Amino acid sequence: MNLGKNLPVGKPLPHDAAKLHVTGKARYVDDTPLPRGSLHLAFGLSTIAKGRITAMDLADVETSPDVVAVLRADDLPFTNDVSPSIHDEPLLSDGTVHYLGQPLFLVVAKSHRAARVAARKGVITYAEEDALLTLDAALAADSRFEDGPRIYQKGDAATAIAAALNQIEGTFELGGQEHFYLEGQAALALPQEDGGMLVNSSTQHPTEIQHKVAEAIGLPMHAVRVETRRMGGGFGGKESQGNALAVACAVAAARTGKPCKMRYDRDDDMVITGKRHAFRISYRAGYDDQGRLAGVEFIHLVNCGWAQDLSLPVADRAMLHSDNAYAIPAIRIESHRLKTNLQSATAYRGFGGPQGMVGIERLMDHIAYDLGLDPVELRRRNYYDAPEEEGSPPRNVSGKVSSRDNTTPYGMEVTDFELHALTDQLLESADYQRRKAEIAEWNKGQSHLKRGLAFSPVKFGISFTLTHLNQAGALVHVYQDGSVHLNHGGTEMGQGLFQKVAQVAASRFGISMEKVKITATDTAKVPNTSATAASSGSDLNGMAVKAACDTIRDRMTAFLAERHQTQPCAVVFDGDRVRIGAEEIPFEAAAKQCYEGRISLSATGFYKTPSLKWDRIKGEGRPFFYFAYGASVTEVVVDRLTGENRILRTDIVHDAGASLNPDLDIGQVEGGYVQGAGWLTTEELVWDGKGALRTHAPSTYKIPACSDRPDVFNVALYQGENREETIYRSKAVGEPPFMLGISAWLALSNAVAQFGEGYPALNAPATAEEVWRCSRRLTDGI
Amino acid sequence: MMTITFHLNGEEVVLQDFDPAATLLDFLREERGLTGTKEGCNEGDCGACTVMVSDPTGAKPLNSCILFLPQLNGKSVRTVEGAADTDGTLHPVQDAMITHHGSQCGFCTPGFVMSMVTAHKNGATDHDVQLAGNLCRCTGYAPIIRAAEAAAKAPVPQWISKETLPTATPAANMPRSADELAVLYEAKPEARLVAGATDLGLWVTKGLRDLGEMIFLDGCADLKEVSENEHEIRIGAMVDMNRLREVITPLHPSYGEMIRRFASQQVRAAATLGGNIANGSPIGDNPPALIALGAHLHLRQGNNRRVIALEDFFVDYGKQDRKPGEFIEAVSLPRQADRLRVYKLSKRFDQDISAVLGAFNVSVTDDQITAARIAFGGLAGRPKRASHLEAALIGQPWNEASIAAAAAELDRDFSPLSDMRASAPYRLETARNMLSRYFADLNGTGQSVLEVRS
Repeated sequence: MNLGKNLPVGKPLPHDAAKLHVTGKARYVDDTPLPRGSLHLAFGLSTIAKGRITAMDLADVETSPDVVAVLRADDLPFTNDVSPSIHDEPLLSDGTVHYLGQPLFLVVAKSHRAARVAARKGVITYAEEDALLTLDAALAADSRFEDGPRIYQKGDAATAIAAALNQIEGTFELGGQEHFYLEGQAALALPQEDGGMLVNSSTQHPTEIQHKVAEAIGLPMHAVRVETRRMGGGFGGKESQGNALAVACAVAAARTGKPCKMRYDRDDDMVITGKRHAFRISYRAGYDDQGRLAGVEFIHLVNCGWAQDLSLPVADRAMLHSDNAYAIPAIRIESHRLKTNLQSATAYRGFGGPQGMVGIERLMDHIAYDLGLDPVELRRRNYYDAPEEEGSPPRNVSGKVSSRDNTTPYGMEVTDFELHALTDQLLESADYQRRKAEIAEWNKGQSHLKRGLAFSPVKFGISFTLTHLNQAGALVHVYQDGSVHLNHGGTEMGQGLFQKVAQVAASRFGISMEKVKITATDTAKVPNTSATAASSGSDLNGMAVKAACDTIRDRMTAFLAERHQTQPCAVVFDGDRVRIGAEEIPFEAAAKQCYEGRISLSATGFYKTPSLKWDRIKGEGRPFFYFAYGASVTEVVVDRLTGENRILRTDIVHDAGASLNPDLDIGQVEGGYVQGAGWLTTEELVWDGKGALRTHAPSTYKIPACSDRPDVFNVALYQGENREETIYRSKAVGEPPFMLGISAWLALSNAVAQFGEGYPALNAPATAEEVWRCSRRLTDGI
Repeated sequence: MMTITFHLNGEEVVLQDFDPAATLLDFLREERGLTGTKEGCNEGDCGACTVMVSDPTGAKPLNSCILFLPQLNGKSVRTVEGAADTDGTLHPVQDAMITHHGSQCGFCTPGFVMSMVTAHKNGATDHDVQLAGNLCRCTGYAPIIRAAEAAAKAPVPQWISKETLPTATPAANMPRSADELAVLYEAKPEARLVAGATDLGLWVTKGLRDLGEMIFLDGCADLKEVSENEHEIRIGAMVDMNRLREVITPLHPSYGEMIRRFASQQVRAAATLGGNIANGSPIGDNPPALIALGAHLHLRQGNNRRVIALEDFFVDYGKQDRKPGEFIEAVSLPRQADRLRVYKLSKRFDQDISAVLGAFNVSVTDDQITAARIAFGGLAGRPKRASHLEAALIGQPWNEASIAAAAAELDRDFSPLSDMRASAPYRLETARNMLSRYFADLNGTGQSVLEVRS
């Protein structure tokens, strides 16, 4: 390795755009200066949840001030589809209405406001039909995606449960979640001289935008270029939900010859776009008196909304996380993907994983309550075994050699289980035992208030379960002045991907960060990219960039060695300089020499994740390259009179492997936890009986505010490295910390349990009202 | 035709021939190309559009998305583009936000920076309160608070401390006193009165409504006065909620604490007491507290003035006892020993509309309840007294048994609705439970989850 030691990788550098953020100079789609004559778009939306359009009178829309054009489905020149999966999502209704808020027609106007004003003037007549708004209604109507439920199983769960000493069962509701990215969906299409289209989109998936726009304007993908510098938050909500805006802009731009921009007003954004899938989870388990699981069954009822979108892989991932951290000898998971007349549920941080994990953590909580066992101890007894160290056989928690089957319900051997040591570290740093006793003592003196404490672990599988998506490309140029242009297929939504990957690039050349120019994601530079999703951004793109940099560096090394009459192994890139045998020159000089020596200083890089093999129908194989781990302890207080509650303290230890940038990774952990806790507490989506979303703005949909973060918030990274060969042995960190928030929900359960006899059986989100409802049941038996 | 003058990042702006219902946010982004200020929700709930507005009373953070341009007449606006010095030297909060990783996606950041610049200028260190009106979806807030704490000790930069104010340009629809307003409004009773615009702003940004002729009240200095004598406190209708909090807290700390949770710093800096009453909302937070205190409303139409009990103003849902051309001049509260407790129940503690707001003011002499004024928001189509409950309490001994017995009377006072904020049973039962909480609080045994620490 001809690299020095003092490398940018692993340093806690700020976000690459931090200075642009704090000065207001960071540019988002809506901030792009527009050419003269640019037009603005808005959708006219359905006002019923299900039915047929019998008449669409748009005369008032067309004559509304500053309206340039009004488009219906019939006016679309080519494909009327913005689905990322099975072409079941028309841009504009084909006459059928599938949910309340569905785009029916498109207004093109001279201003954003003029378009919005006109869009409300449509007079639509419907033949309304009974909408399927609930899981029960969809189940009764057998309204579903895929033919029947998908089932993954290992062993004979029913027999194992029946044969066990103890049995338990339960059902609970688990609500969806609005992404609430601060920057709403936005796109801008600029028509080009040859009919091509340049699209500026706030998207996690530029290639998908390119693909859908090309279909919509009837051109090959080469005619469409999509650029994304940054998003103001994504969280999965910009994986497929930006398609409609980009396609609408491109179609309108092609038709009018003018640049067209569309951004959703916040209320429209929340009414039109998909959210996290809501689940109803039923569980049944058998276990011994020590709480060791013998068999588990789950039934997932998944509310997919009206279109398939990404629901199948989301529901799959929920099944794949139904074991979380626990080796379960026999398990059966049955997943029903139900089709309803609501917004089409979509990707959201964790992509079903959180729902699956909440299922098993709820079960563990219930068993711990039932047995009167410490919930941490119960969990540790069921943990997967730690991997072999230096040739010794696997050991379980008590240090005994284990003969246990250490495979997941889908037959993947767990070989990197870090949670034994990580849990030890967390319990100590959180002072768990002492605080547990102190809280119990405090609770004795209280009647209306109770504090609760809970622990939850995370084991999250890293890789796209659709195996072919696990690939990435990069394009790197070294200019003759020694500056470096960096580009890859990943998108920046705030997670710090660009900086982490730039740290990789700088490290491969042994140069300082100032020499590396981070550039916007661009389908013309790196083609056929996967969505920046599944936490894969730095794993995939970091490796692709490393490959590109190494290609250039190897060419430079060979040339410089030859020119300076030394061996390639004597060429070392470090500290912005290159040592060539006994000589040392600045990196700039090395670049110049290479240029003059006619060495190619531009390279692509490519990476595909090794070792993956997955059959999603059978539910067998190795869908994940590795697992990321973490655990949290949360303390809350609740008031039974009103259900009001707060998080008092949270302690987290999280495994980011050998972190590429520990401060940015801690930022993902802190933010993920608060977002996860918000999902399970205050973030309640409410639809009325007609299918209208009643919580369609921040006035009614409550994400955590500043004072909702834990009073005491201790986050540490687990000191370790990825056992698999990832980029600098780091681990993916985008989604896994989200699920640390589960401990907040469990802590509420623990607190409510103090009010009386019986398991609290909280639903999620555990709003103040839900906490009040369960507390009252325990206190008064109501 | 009106003309207004204000300062924008230190430079004078004179506007003529403009739409008085245009928002500052649209003006900044579309007319001035100052795109640092972001639109996150367009309804004053996310804070991404926060700017610092200075007037003779000081610097305030305001949501520019629901701020009409005429409201800026004679004031000074500083946007994120003006947070740093002209030579590029960053403001200490900007430096701290970078060092402490306070931004991730960066979209909420300009709004946070401007809230922090304003709080820093004002020497405010209650960061959770100052930043309750800024939503961030990425960071979990912890690094932002670290940044605010780190920047707190740095001196206020000279370019921020020396904000100059222009002279307001007089305009016919911007009266400068209650007298001028009385004449104007009597002549144009169909005109829309604009106080802080935290509600009216949404009629424009969400309702896409045309407000017609507008009268801007901000220049009416006498409507912002607070006066006290030995019997009462009189609060002008244009007193904003942050000022009201200062006035009320020493007298009735529980009410003051409720105002701390009323909307956000940005909204409180704009919203007025008169506006919160005049819009007649059944979920406005001030009316129940004021009704419990026995407040009176001072109404004026031309030179005719009348004084009514506040509860009588709220006739029915969407209907108030206000004649065309009549406006609120002030609210007066009788001085009294503090027995008031105000309980605000919402899904989220900060910046959330109440599911139930209960205000309790019960007098006890020799362990007998001698008087009771109890009012609720969120339980009916208007802020309303719990008269059956009050009647059931008066004359009873002040003990747990009589409290419990009387609480059932609430069923006769209210039949609340279920909606996205809360169900009817939850509203009714928590309202009853608030009475037990009140009893415990007055006996010194009550404790709120907000007071518990790990």
